[in-house]
Amino acid sequence: MNIYHAIFRSSLGKKFIMGLSGLALVGFVVGHMVGNLQIFLGQEKINAYGAFLKSMPKLLWAARIGLLACVGLHIWSAIALVRENRRARPVAYQVTRSTASFASRTMIWSGLIVLSFIVYHLFDFTITPEFKGVDESGRHDIYKMVILSFSHPLSAGFYILANTLLAIHLSHGFQSLFQSLGLSTGRFRHWFQSLALVLGWLIFVGNVSIPTAVLLGFGKEVL
Amino acid sequence: MNLTLKVWRQKNADEPGQFVSYQAKGISQDMSFLEMLDVVNESLMTEGQEPIAFDSDCREGICGTCSVVINGAPHGEQKATTACQLHMRHFNDGETITIEPWRAKPFPVIRDLRVDRSAFDRIIQSGGFISASTGGAPDANAIPIPKPDADTAMDAAQCIGCGACVAACKNASAMLFVSAKVSHLGVLPQGKVEKDRRVLAMVNQMDKEGFGNCTVTGSCEAACPKEISLDFISRMNRDYAAAVVKSAWNQS
Ligand code: HEM
Ligand code: FES
Repeated sequence: MNIYHAIFRSSLGKKFIMGLSGLALVGFVVGHMVGNLQIFLGQEKINAYGAFLKSMPKLLWAARIGLLACVGLHIWSAIALVRENRRARPVAYQVTRSTASFASRTMIWSGLIVLSFIVYHLFDFTITPEFKGVDESGRHDIYKMVILSFSHPLSAGFYILANTLLAIHLSHGFQSLFQSLGLSTGRFRHWFQSLALVLGWLIFVGNVSIPTAVLLGFGKEVL
Repeated sequence: MNLTLKVWRQKNADEPGQFVSYQAKGISQDMSFLEMLDVVNESLMTEGQEPIAFDSDCREGICGTCSVVINGAPHGEQKATTACQLHMRHFNDGETITIEPWRAKPFPVIRDLRVDRSAFDRIIQSGGFISASTGGAPDANAIPIPKPDADTAMDAAQCIGCGACVAACKNASAMLFVSAKVSHLGVLPQGKVEKDRRVLAMVNQMDKEGFGNCTVTGSCEAACPKEISLDFISRMNRDYAAAVVKSAWNQS
């Protein structure tokens, strides 16, 4: 057996990579959401959280590089698998009667739109934020930056759209990954299915709440 | 009952095919779907036309030879039923029925509704067997097998290799078939010995044939006339991962 082939070339190897990288990304998405929700605790809390993350540059960069690797592996395996899938059915059916869920049929599209959002989002808030102001304690004023960005309906709208699609992506992805990793058998399958649904709703409610609140006037005192 | 059939007609793998409409007249509700096709073929032959080519053998739902997609569903919409066991009472008088062959690159059309499924044979040849010569039939219970293992093996062994899973999957993936074959030997003591080699070889051959990959949509399980569970794919993924780790360990 050629180990490189068994992991990076075989169908099951690529699914395993996609599942593992997806699981790591889910971990990040949940942590990110919980961190961000601190915005509702006020300017002081969220700015302190930002400063806290920046206070450990080594850990921060390790996490960033790890995430970048996961995103890379996830997208590479997604595109490789989808291309093989398309090639496997060159002639389409005249009548299609799909029993597959909407989320499972549109993984590549929800994924690609989320990807384009991630790129935009990084430039907006991390790489080249327009607003570089500091608060009274001299920390980057994340609170004001977020309120400023989400006061633009387009920026808030893209955030809401992307997170809705991410929630849909995960409502399927978070159950499918456990099959890819060989864990969904018997009653566990039903647990993972319920868990994925709960996760999807959590991501939707948690992440969409921030731009929605800003659009409804939350934080306008800093504008 | 009278029906309109839209049937895929194709001379051979190299020539393009197309749908042709036929009238099926005086069909009894008690006929099977294939008997209905027989009636249509007889009238085609008396008119001097080529009959519609389709596969069948046992006609009792156990061989896995029949293979037609009926209104977008492999073997028709009826749950846990092969096309040969599907009865015309599930259709309405005057209905139009679209009949297509399995659609997958590794299953080229031979003629009309018949496809070449030897890709499945090659997957079995790559590892779906037990090498030891077993001699005559052993006494029952000569090798003790825990009941849950025997049940799992029997569930997997239900697979008749018809290919409906491939036909139903949006990716034309054969993972349900391969996983059933990997599991039904892998959980039994006689088959456990070659478990790792088997799963590596069969997955490798499956990939070589050009089948797609599982997206866990569950379409295969829903279409399977033997109700093979998606759990077997999970089991195969686990067996594969274990086999890769073990053989990497042994190599180093
Ligand atoms: C925050 C970002 C993302 C997270 C948390 C995430 C998570 C996941 C998870 C957990 C799975 C299931 C893996 C499995 O079935 O084993 C999955 C599948 C998938 N992801 Fe993502 N994903 C993300 C971004 C993307 C992006 C950017 C793409 C774009 C190419 C993408 C494309 C796909 C596809 C196509 C599948 C299904 C593949 C299949 O058919 O099996 N994902 N994702
Ligand atoms: S002809 Fe044997 S299963 Fe249908």
